[in-house]
Amino acid sequence: MPETRPKTRRLSALFLLGCLLFNYPILSLFNREIFPFGIPLLYLYLFSVWLLLILLTALGAHSKTSSPPPEISDISRRKRLPKP
Amino acid sequence: MIEEGVVFFASISYIGLLFGVAYIGDRRADEGRSIISNPYIYTLSLAVYCTAWTYYGSVGRAAGSGPGFLPVYIGPTLVATLGWVLLRKIIRISKIHRITSIADFIASRYGKSTVVGGVVTVMAVIGIIPYIALQLKAVSVSFLIVREYPNLVKPGYFTTVPIFHDTSFYAALLLALFAIIFGTRHLEATERHEGLVAAIAFESLVKLIAFTAVGIFVVYSIHDGFADLMTEFRKTPKIQSLLELGHAPGTYADWGISIFLSMLAFLLLPRQFHIAVVENVDEDHLNRAVWLFPLYLLAINIFVLPIAGAGLLRFSGMGIEADTFVLTLPISEKQGIITLLVYIGGMSAATGMVIVETVALSTMISNDLVMPVLLRLPFLRLLHRGELKGLLLFIRRASIILVLLCAYTYFRFIGEFYELVSIGLVSFTAVAQFGPSLIGGIFWKGGNRKGALCGLISGFLIWGYTLVIPSMAQTGLIPEHIITHGPWDIGWLKPYTLFGLTDFNPISHAVFWSLLVNLSAYIGVSLFTRTDTLEHTQATLFVDVFRYSEDTSPLWRGTASVPDLHSLLERFLGSARAEEAFSLYAQRHPDAGHPLEAGDERTADSGLVDYAEKLLAGVIGSASARVMVASVVKEEPLGMAEVMHILDETRQVIAYSRELERTTDELVAANERLKELDRLKDDFISTVTHELRTPLTSVRALAEILHDTPDIDLSQKEEFTEIIIKRRTVSPG
Repeated sequence: MPETRPKTRRLSALFLLGCLLFNYPILSLFNREIFPFGIPLLYLYLFSVWLLLILLTALGAHSKTSSPPPEISDISRRKRLPKP
Repeated sequence: MIEEGVVFFASISYIGLLFGVAYIGDRRADEGRSIISNPYIYTLSLAVYCTAWTYYGSVGRAAGSGPGFLPVYIGPTLVATLGWVLLRKIIRISKIHRITSIADFIASRYGKSTVVGGVVTVMAVIGIIPYIALQLKAVSVSFLIVREYPNLVKPGYFTTVPIFHDTSFYAALLLALFAIIFGTRHLEATERHEGLVAAIAFESLVKLIAFTAVGIFVVYSIHDGFADLMTEFRKTPKIQSLLELGHAPGTYADWGISIFLSMLAFLLLPRQFHIAVVENVDEDHLNRAVWLFPLYLLAINIFVLPIAGAGLLRFSGMGIEADTFVLTLPISEKQGIITLLVYIGGMSAATGMVIVETVALSTMISNDLVMPVLLRLPFLRLLHRGELKGLLLFIRRASIILVLLCAYTYFRFIGEFYELVSIGLVSFTAVAQFGPSLIGGIFWKGGNRKGALCGLISGFLIWGYTLVIPSMAQTGLIPEHIITHGPWDIGWLKPYTLFGLTDFNPISHAVFWSLLVNLSAYIGVSLFTRTDTLEHTQATLFVDVFRYSEDTSPLWRGTASVPDLHSLLERFLGSARAEEAFSLYAQRHPDAGHPLEAGDERTADSGLVDYAEKLLAGVIGSASARVMVASVVKEEPLGMAEVMHILDETRQVIAYSRELERTTDELVAANERLKELDRLKDDFISTVTHELRTPLTSVRALAEILHDTPDIDLSQKEEFTEIIIKRRTVSPG
């Protein structure tokens, strides 16, 4: 599936970015007693990264979708039989 | 004032409402107008990840260790970014092979092995029962707290309730009923339960609304918004310390391992697998779910810290458990309505988890544990009996009740001793043991059955040693000496600090050792043992799932008579559905003709056998389906003639391609020659025209001079005409 490759690559990169930002040592830079806008820096950082990751995932996931999967679930997608 | 009756009535009505939603969901599915077939319902149903542990326990955890509650939700967020890559592959494989549970998935990958399926099932049941017990505990405790409204309840008060006055006992019974009605209503070729999913999605909505409501109440009604609350927090040293992660050694390692653990748990918990994979209607729903689900997690976590801090401020020194702050805060403010809403929200979180988990476990128990054993007991002669549908449904229903009773017993006798979060993480660690064999299995063809078994079992044993044994020691079942001094006073065997590894907390410590051993055993044993043919086949079908669509001819060859196959399907699916299945096959393979029409003597080709086996796998699991089909199929192990035939075909193909290559080479050479000739022709023409043009030009020039200058002197004129006549070439130089 050549057309899904850029999407796969993009999302995998996002995963790595997330792992990086949510972990030591980047995390330790924000583990301080600083309170921008009265909110503890660590929480502000974690929730912002979280939101950023969600936004980027949304962008990445809605980029061109792949071709529809082959017809697999012949029986499961059909209407159920009326019960006897 | 809330009467006990009101609370009881509210609980019963809420569960009644669930029955209603599920009923509508099932009816719409029967009519063919699915209400769950959209990404939003899919996302909400995924949120069954958030249990009572999230609802009550996160606040407890935050009150104890600050940001430590977050990794459990960051993990799934990270997995969601990989959802498109990882989950889609698992979903695609499961749909093609009609896989019904995580035990079935792993068993199917490793050669449809009954043993692997059984081991995974046992591990899952042992690992998950405490987790279900935890939910029952939450229901029970929250009921007892709300009942005392507007008084506050202190810990130590809970243990005295007799069983028949305990709400969680009745809750467990009702949930068993729900799971039986909507989880085992009929046997399907795929284990899909639309009503159940609709109810779960509804529950996720309820718990999010309730938790957000109490959060807003605490932040904006009790306090003056976030900023005010944070200022208050900073004045109290105890809460101040919750605002950051601390700097003890191992803090970041624990943090990272928690994220990693919850990443695995999100994929591998039986209920997550059931909802995300088995109940998935359409792969494309992932497109939205991969970012909407993390958004849900974010939303349900925003108010955790404020509630925890506000509770600590309000109840400092009063001995109220932090796990109950979500309830006790509105109670202390005399807010009856909000209290009731919170209580219902907590119930929705607990019940959703219990329902899906028991349905998923019951499918595993019946398909991967009980059926394979029954089918192999010779004196039952099940292979030759008639209708097996009823038996199968009975096993499912019995195992639902059994699981819930075990969970209830666990909660009554052992579960009292723990706070919510620790039990949950112990279960997470148990299911994380499936990680190497499952994730390894879909990306690495080399993993084999022996490797998977060794990995699973060794990981599970270490899990038991590093987490279960110490917790038994804490409850007094075995002497506590084992934690403090190690068994037989051997220091490096202490279960919490195995081999002297002291920097981790008990959970991270167990995760590290168990997964390390698990993964090493999986890879090591796989590399050094032989893999049989069926394992090779399944490995290829799983790893390269996007290359092989369903209709590739099965690599396994066998034949059976059509009536045998048909009666086999009839016994599990009923005659109408078996009939329908065969017609469908005939429609898709028009050249083969309807398999049932050609009289009793027809033998089914391997395609039809494979089709029937997959249908059966959807009902009784791949390992059992294989046993059943094998009983009517004369399986032809690739004989010498077959092998020679395949070799012959291959040889011919190779010969053809050799010939093609040679022809291609010749063509290339001919083409080169043609190009060369073409170039030569061009050169020749340009030379010739050059050679012609030059003398012509000079002749013409001389003629013009003669014509234009009539008074030219005679000798010169003669010289010119001589040049023209004799056509002496005036060389240009």
